[in-house]
Amino acid sequence: MSNEKRGLGRIFMNGVLTENPTFRLVLGTCPTLAVTTSAINGLGMGAAATFVLLGSNMAISALRKVIPDKVRIPAFIVIICTFVTIIQLLMQAFLPSLYESLGIFIPLIVVNCIILARAEAFASKNPVLDSAVDGLGMGAGFTLALTLIGSIRELVGNGSIFGISLLGASYQPMLLIILPAGGFLVFGSLLGIINAIGNKRKKGAKA
Amino acid sequence: MNIWLFLISCVLTNNFIFSKFLGCCPFLGVSSKVETAASMGIAVTFVMTLASLFAYMVNAWILVPLHLEYMQTIAFILVIASLVQFVEMFLKKSMPAIYSALGIYLPLITTNCAVLGVATLNVTNQYNMLYSVLNGTFSALGFLLAIVLMAGVRERLESSKIPACMKGFPISLVSAGLMAIAFMGFSGLV
Repeated sequence: MSNEKRGLGRIFMNGVLTENPTFRLVLGTCPTLAVTTSAINGLGMGAAATFVLLGSNMAISALRKVIPDKVRIPAFIVIICTFVTIIQLLMQAFLPSLYESLGIFIPLIVVNCIILARAEAFASKNPVLDSAVDGLGMGAGFTLALTLIGSIRELVGNGSIFGISLLGASYQPMLLIILPAGGFLVFGSLLGIINAIGNKRKKGAKA
Repeated sequence: MNIWLFLISCVLTNNFIFSKFLGCCPFLGVSSKVETAASMGIAVTFVMTLASLFAYMVNAWILVPLHLEYMQTIAFILVIASLVQFVEMFLKKSMPAIYSALGIYLPLITTNCAVLGVATLNVTNQYNMLYSVLNGTFSALGFLLAIVLMAGVRERLESSKIPACMKGFPISLVSAGLMAIAFMGFSGLV
């Protein structure tokens, strides 16, 4: 039992840290860059993607022996699309303001490469529980990354995090960081910093 | 809207990559060489034009009369997937030269969010049939321009001295950011 638990924990942490979809695998860059203008948008996008990942991973893994190998990609896309439509309708009903600000990127979760990649690489080969944990872990990693980027951009570009002003009225916001160009710059610099930390650790482990 | 103004707005001011962030995956994934980037861009242009047309027809003639608008995403992705499959088969049979030039990029287009994005945007902006198709073509031309420019920059980056931690994606993203700042300069044009 404890062994099994450790296995599930490892699958979860794999998604959050070792194979973080945003910073390690660099998948799903479009929503990462587009919706992270504020921390709350990042969090909302991450939560929506986590819901879809969890649902599609479980459904695909439950159906993995029924789906013929040749048509698996179209079948996966239809399953993913179903969950995207569910979350789209739910958000439209209960979180209309978030739905407005995420806009076109909610339906575009369908073509988020993270979800199809997990379906293909993990859910189609593993049992339901493992796949659910993998979906949650990957979703948590994605949410964490989006919220981090969103917080940085909101702090520099607007002087606040989650809408709470932190830097005071005298702070001159650097608007560029919230504009599209800033998304590329912040994401690029963060990736560089994370690589630098990773390289240093590797060197430390060798020495 | 004037068609020329529409062209300029799609290609320069509202560039898909630099202002809407649609199609970033292939933009970063297949932009290491100018030639492959150009073939990818041409393949995307081809598919986006057709996808806009078919998505418009499916939406206006099937989904709206039946009040099935909430099925849009599923319908569009199926249209795009089958369209890509069809284009692939057609090219393989009748134009093998183009088919081998585009190679693996054709199937990848199904999961390019620019294609689904343009179909969804056409509906949200309520474009008519002509403007839907034009929006598809012009936005794709903007994508072609961006990916070819990016490939040119990355070919230069290959041979320059970069700190180890910035190699690959990080430096590409930062240069894309600088290009996006340049593209912001076009915003007064339209």
